[in-house]
Amino acid sequence: MTDDLALDIQDLHVSFPTRAGLVRAVDGVSLSLVRGKTTCVVGESGSGKSVTARAILQIIDPPGRITGGRILLRREGEPELDVATLGPRSRAIRELRGHDIAMIFQEPMSSLSPVHRIGDQIGEAVRLHLGVSRREARSRAAELLAQVEIPDPRNAIDRYTFEFSGGMRQRAMIAMALACNPSILIADEPTTALDVTTQAEILDLLRRLQDARGMTMMFITHDMGVVAEIAHDVVVMERGQVRERGPVHTLFADPRDAYTRMLLGNVTKLESPSAIRLARPSRPIGPPVLSLRDVEMRFGGRKGLFRRGGAEVRAVDGISLDVRAGETLGVVGESGSGKTTLGRCILRVLDPTGGAIDYRRRDGSVIDLVNAENDALRAARREIRMVFQDPFASLNPRMTVAQIVGEPLLVNGLARGAVLQGKVASLLERVGIDPNSAERYPHAFSGGQRQRIGIARALALSPRVIVADEPTSALDVSIRARTLDLLLELQDELDLALILISHDISVIRYMCDRVAVMHRGRVVETGETIQVCDDPQHAYTKALLSAVPRPDPTARRMHLRHRYTSA
Amino acid sequence: MDQPLTTAAAPELKPADQRLAVASQWRLMWWSFRRHRLAMLGGIIVLFLYLVAAVPGFFAMNEPGRQNARAVFHPPQALHWIDTAEDGSWRFRPHVQAMRMVRDPVTLAPSFRPDGTRKIYLTFFARGYEHNLVGLVPSTTHLLGPENPRDQVYLLGADRLGRCVYSRMMVAAQTSLLIGLAGVFLSLVIGLLLGGISGYYGGRIDFFVQRVIEFVLSLPTIPIWLALAAALPQNWPPERIYLTITVILSLVGWAQLARVVRGRFLSLRTEDFVTAARLDGVSEKRIIFRHMLPSFASHIIASVTLAIPAMILAETALSFLGLGLQPPVISWGVLLREAQNIRSIATAPWLFAPGGAVVLAVLALNFLGDGLRDAADPYQK
Repeated sequence: MTDDLALDIQDLHVSFPTRAGLVRAVDGVSLSLVRGKTTCVVGESGSGKSVTARAILQIIDPPGRITGGRILLRREGEPELDVATLGPRSRAIRELRGHDIAMIFQEPMSSLSPVHRIGDQIGEAVRLHLGVSRREARSRAAELLAQVEIPDPRNAIDRYTFEFSGGMRQRAMIAMALACNPSILIADEPTTALDVTTQAEILDLLRRLQDARGMTMMFITHDMGVVAEIAHDVVVMERGQVRERGPVHTLFADPRDAYTRMLLGNVTKLESPSAIRLARPSRPIGPPVLSLRDVEMRFGGRKGLFRRGGAEVRAVDGISLDVRAGETLGVVGESGSGKTTLGRCILRVLDPTGGAIDYRRRDGSVIDLVNAENDALRAARREIRMVFQDPFASLNPRMTVAQIVGEPLLVNGLARGAVLQGKVASLLERVGIDPNSAERYPHAFSGGQRQRIGIARALALSPRVIVADEPTSALDVSIRARTLDLLLELQDELDLALILISHDISVIRYMCDRVAVMHRGRVVETGETIQVCDDPQHAYTKALLSAVPRPDPTARRMHLRHRYTSA
Repeated sequence: MDQPLTTAAAPELKPADQRLAVASQWRLMWWSFRRHRLAMLGGIIVLFLYLVAAVPGFFAMNEPGRQNARAVFHPPQALHWIDTAEDGSWRFRPHVQAMRMVRDPVTLAPSFRPDGTRKIYLTFFARGYEHNLVGLVPSTTHLLGPENPRDQVYLLGADRLGRCVYSRMMVAAQTSLLIGLAGVFLSLVIGLLLGGISGYYGGRIDFFVQRVIEFVLSLPTIPIWLALAAALPQNWPPERIYLTITVILSLVGWAQLARVVRGRFLSLRTEDFVTAARLDGVSEKRIIFRHMLPSFASHIIASVTLAIPAMILAETALSFLGLGLQPPVISWGVLLREAQNIRSIATAPWLFAPGGAVVLAVLALNFLGDGLRDAADPYQK
């Protein structure tokens, strides 16, 4: 059995000395990579999965360092080597990097140099390790680009990084990692920064490359769906320790560890509509509170005295939608589809360049938000509120929680003094934050708690509509479902209309009554969520849905997915 | 977050974390600044220097303008703290060796010899010449002075007119340090105003202000200063020259600060929490003063601290060249004019002492500014 292991990590410890004491990022981790197989290391943020991977190549960020354990590398026909004993700057480790063990990083934007041509970057690795000529390196680079399925590789090697899309960059990154035929490939969240359809392509590519080359792969991810899609073996990590390890089918079918069960439970929970929503009595459908008519938002294209007119971008290109009182409308799309812009147009953070957004007020009067000014806009903004994506950037770090939540009440003259304090306390309690912690600053709270504070702020003015822009995408899976449940509960209680903007189809399916699928500034399909999810009509929706990895290793279907090439 | 939804999530914190949880921006900044040893040292020196600048007469020993024909190029006298008597016993009693001027019988050149074993004893809070504390309260008390007021002590020697270099340096600290502060303050007012307008409104106004800033920054500073300073009428009273020099210095200094302010405004304008405040119905005024200003106040303070040394150096340079402040006003630059010729380097190297003070002040302010800049954003990771 041990002969099959390409890499064997035994009782690895990595610590970071900080002023608060020694942080044990990796605390006694043992795991092994079986030759020619994919081992997924899965865990939430802070579980130490990336640090473990970085320890293998000795590229831990200072001041962190390996404080114990062994990392045994077993190459064919060579003696066993303990990588942990090599110095981070030694010649021995440099020879390993890229040659025997290669790594792909999460951010394709920052892990490729913007000032060198793609071909030169790939060629550099080849020339360093294999000592071939410039010319040979160049043809090897083209060959590698062809292997990672970059169209027209002869041409692509002379391009710069910024001319490539995110998915193309990640392909180039993979080509670079494969340059010297490494026996082990470490992929650290290689698809996290990518859209689902792109992710599906990259996963597909990685698996085919691994099959063809018999490579050993260590794949780090937080996404159980990806694990189910690609893994042979799984290692579950939490807080620097291994919780559970085993073959993927066994682990998914019969998780032993409570933490694994919790992770899987949260993911499978998001696989179906929320229990809260299913338990609802069907409500009468009222008139729409918001109706969007041909809303348009264009950027750029203006000419000035010192400015050349650039290409015009139509971020939102003629969208018509109705939002009915008390319903949840999902807006789903990939990055660049204009969904965030649409949300910001409704709130008039951005001024739409065309169309109308009719908002029906409580008293039945209708105002057009596109043209609303001053008082009318202020009044409308009191009833339409926003929950932001990034719980860290959306709370002013210099104000206490009480000040943040109380501000909308204070500036609108609705409460002050003791009344304000009482209202803030009840709002915090409503979203599940201890009112006694109201005097704390946002830095004292976790991401999920901050998002609740953001929700409390949105609720402060008793709104009728909440626009939630990716409210859970910055949160760990375990917190995601709970935050969504909170929104659903509040909706029941306050009869809110929710507009949920998300790239994540599972969040939409969990939350939304109706869904609008956006692609390049246009709505390509709308309908009841169940109907759209189960029987998509538009080709893009089909491609989007089939690219989502399901947390079920028995139903791998990434290679069967629909592909959509827009005209 | 691990509790179910219905109960309030009340994270139990350790006392240290509890303190951190309710720590405001300034407290977090102070904690991170305190860890910066060099900056702490710089801060202490800066505090001390500005204390000197506030009450220079108290630190001085001799009247700064007083000439003494018998003390021309008097060398520095080393300060001894421990007085050893002939029987070997000792006690704490600061004193200096008394000096006597002798003339070479042939050349008549003066030189100074130790006056036997006579010691001049010094005492703390000694009586001396009358000066004004903070320019208001008359006082005759000095930090250190000879027990016998008729004795003359020159800790850092005397210049060509027999004036005490140490005392003049103390008094000059007031001019030099305050001109830095005043110049930066003026720059800050202009910089905040124009940078703020530029960053907040953007568009055409921003374009215009930016071009003005670029123009100001493209001016060659030394020739401009020289030209402006040379244009000052010689018969103006020293106070007016002082004020005008301050204005001239800050005319160039504001541009850098305006850029910093504009950059902060631009980056903050698109922050989510500012958008959130706008959606909360917060007025523009409150957004600026309640949300944006506190976010960059610390950065401004750091930039200001780093701008003061430039002002001090500029004043010193102008005065050294004879175009800045004029005697009888004393600044470090004016004092250094005494060290302009080769003779002083050969015979009286102690005339460079004010240069040492300039270096100390500039370094201390730079260290302090660096520390402040590092601590300015306690929320970055």
